[in-house]
Amino acid sequence: MTRRITLSGHTYEFADLKALLAAATPERSGDALAGVAAASEQERVAAQWLLADLPLATFLAEHVVPYEDDEVTRLIVDTHDAAAFAPVAAMTVGEFREYLLRPETDTRGLEAGLTPEMVAATSKLCRVQDLVSVARRTPVVTAFRSTIGLPGTLATRLQPNDPTDDPLGVSAAIVDGLLHGCGDTVIGINPATDSPRRTTDLLHLIDDVRERYAIPTQSCVLAHVTTTLQILERGAPVDLVFQSIAGTEAANDGFGVTLDLLREAHEGALALGRGTVGTQCMYFETGQGSALSADAHHGVDQQTLEARAYAVARAFDPLLVNTVVGFIGPEYLFDGKQIIRAGLEDHFCGKLLGLPMGVDVCYTNHAEADADDTDVLLTLLGAAGCPFVICVPGGDDVMLHYQSLSFHDALYARQTLGLRPAPEFAEWLARMDLMTDDGRVRELTADASSLRVLTAGLR
Amino acid sequence: MSADPLDALRQATRARVALGRAGDAMPTGHLLTLRQAHAAARDAVHDPLDDEALAHEIEAELRVGVCRVRSSAPDRSRYLQRPDQGRRLAEDTELPRGEHDLVIVVGDGLSPLAIRRHAVPMLREVLARLDGWRVAPVVVATQARVALGDEIATAVGARSVLVLIGERPGMSSTDSLGAYFTYDARRGRRDSERNCLSNVRPPHGVDYAPAADTLAMLMAEARRLKLSGTALKADPALAAAEEGPS
Repeated sequence: MTRRITLSGHTYEFADLKALLAAATPERSGDALAGVAAASEQERVAAQWLLADLPLATFLAEHVVPYEDDEVTRLIVDTHDAAAFAPVAAMTVGEFREYLLRPETDTRGLEAGLTPEMVAATSKLCRVQDLVSVARRTPVVTAFRSTIGLPGTLATRLQPNDPTDDPLGVSAAIVDGLLHGCGDTVIGINPATDSPRRTTDLLHLIDDVRERYAIPTQSCVLAHVTTTLQILERGAPVDLVFQSIAGTEAANDGFGVTLDLLREAHEGALALGRGTVGTQCMYFETGQGSALSADAHHGVDQQTLEARAYAVARAFDPLLVNTVVGFIGPEYLFDGKQIIRAGLEDHFCGKLLGLPMGVDVCYTNHAEADADDTDVLLTLLGAAGCPFVICVPGGDDVMLHYQSLSFHDALYARQTLGLRPAPEFAEWLARMDLMTDDGRVRELTADASSLRVLTAGLR
Repeated sequence: MSADPLDALRQATRARVALGRAGDAMPTGHLLTLRQAHAAARDAVHDPLDDEALAHEIEAELRVGVCRVRSSAPDRSRYLQRPDQGRRLAEDTELPRGEHDLVIVVGDGLSPLAIRRHAVPMLREVLARLDGWRVAPVVVATQARVALGDEIATAVGARSVLVLIGERPGMSSTDSLGAYFTYDARRGRRDSERNCLSNVRPPHGVDYAPAADTLAMLMAEARRLKLSGTALKADPALAAAEEGPS
């Protein structure tokens, strides 16, 4: 249905709901590339005015991707919880923003009543401070061997990637991360080659380190879900099943996954029962622009599609989800400003939909961004109660050729914002004499016992 | 193992481990080293290719005809934001048409630096291995993406296209050249219908001669089977060339 508004004597028209959502989205290169962005700054605000007055219930009746064509839409519609939605059912998008901002509002328990399109629409009206303050009041806690997402914590994925999957190189990066107090979310490698044998070898490598030092964390090799399923059946030490996902059936098809396949993988990992303090065992990565890059966007803006990927994630009760916000390139998020805003939107939307939403705070060398931008995003995410970020040695991923956070960055954020690692991991750090009583990760001297112990296994 | 365990860490990997700390932050030396690497990568993306000088160099050194074209992306900023424009020829493009088996396109891509360093020696090795191919004049293209080669092949009347292009710079490799071969090239070809050889950048990466050997074998097989891409990769004759980390 066409919606119209007249501002300063000019009438703006939006042919349908997805056109309205796209035009209301803060500027980003991916929407311009897709040809769905607002034609002018005033048109963008016109769309936001219309969106603010739109009843939340509209999104239950009007779908941005047709129900018949797309299993993600069917998942969203068929699993919507009307009882959970009831407290906000009469609100418009603009009223819902205000409701979220009120100090007495308890945002927990709402998630099953909200759809991705509702939270995406709300985020489009929000300022950065709204994205921070609402997310901060919406903790999502998950657990396997460590507990992720408790208020007052900031956990880290230790990403020891190596261009040739060299065991020694991977081990050195793991030790370096542990010495910096990182790795409480997961020790997770992107393999250079997605083969069952390589994946199994790397998993054993992480698992051996974890067992030897009794580290309360998870191992993960981020191979394709079919590879992980295959090695899981042969008895490999699989803690978490990883998969990249997107917000439309066609984009997921490009990733080689369906909801049925993810269900099968989830059941397989659950059956292993390797968790100690929790049973959540799925790990998903997402990122604005993935549907467009797979030519599977249905004319919907990239941020709304990103939120729809969270509907896929939450169907499988994940331990971890993160957006790879600056990884996908300047054709989707052009510069630091766009990356920062997108990272905060993704975190806000993920949290409101009930996900343990982390962020890979990062950029590529052809984006207009640098380490100052990642500092800003990290600091804001720390303030927003982000459960975890990703860290690589020196912030330089020598396999994927992009810059993420360094271990030092995590230390900075924890110290400056008063945040601690996951509690089980903090205890381990103290036991290893890596952390002081006041929660500071020690600066090591060459004769430190923990350094001797952890590097002894380097072969 | 050396006496200092931190040295053992450093020797074990190319990753930036054991950097030390200044409080919670990085020491100044490492801070500036990282900034310098990023600056080199940024300059590799943004310093434009002197396509006229390169065309003269190719003509003089390799004794082949050269044409120059631009994509429809008007400048670097637009090129980075609109890959679709980098895949289309500029409207006023004129190329001599003939009947060829192959056209070789040299495109700046995301690293004009890679082209400045490696395009001429790589071309020399490739051209030396093309006996029996009717080869069109070399086309030097600016603000180019890989798929621009498809339009160029159609315009010059070539069945196949080999695109030599600058790859996205990393912090430790700013001048990596990639080679993409597409059989029966035309607009709308998907990436899965191409074969790629990347990281050509002696002395650190793959050297010109072995890279050209691999390409020549690949192209001969593509011509025999009349296809390229993932279907060609599955061909047993090429299995040896496909081994090793990607």
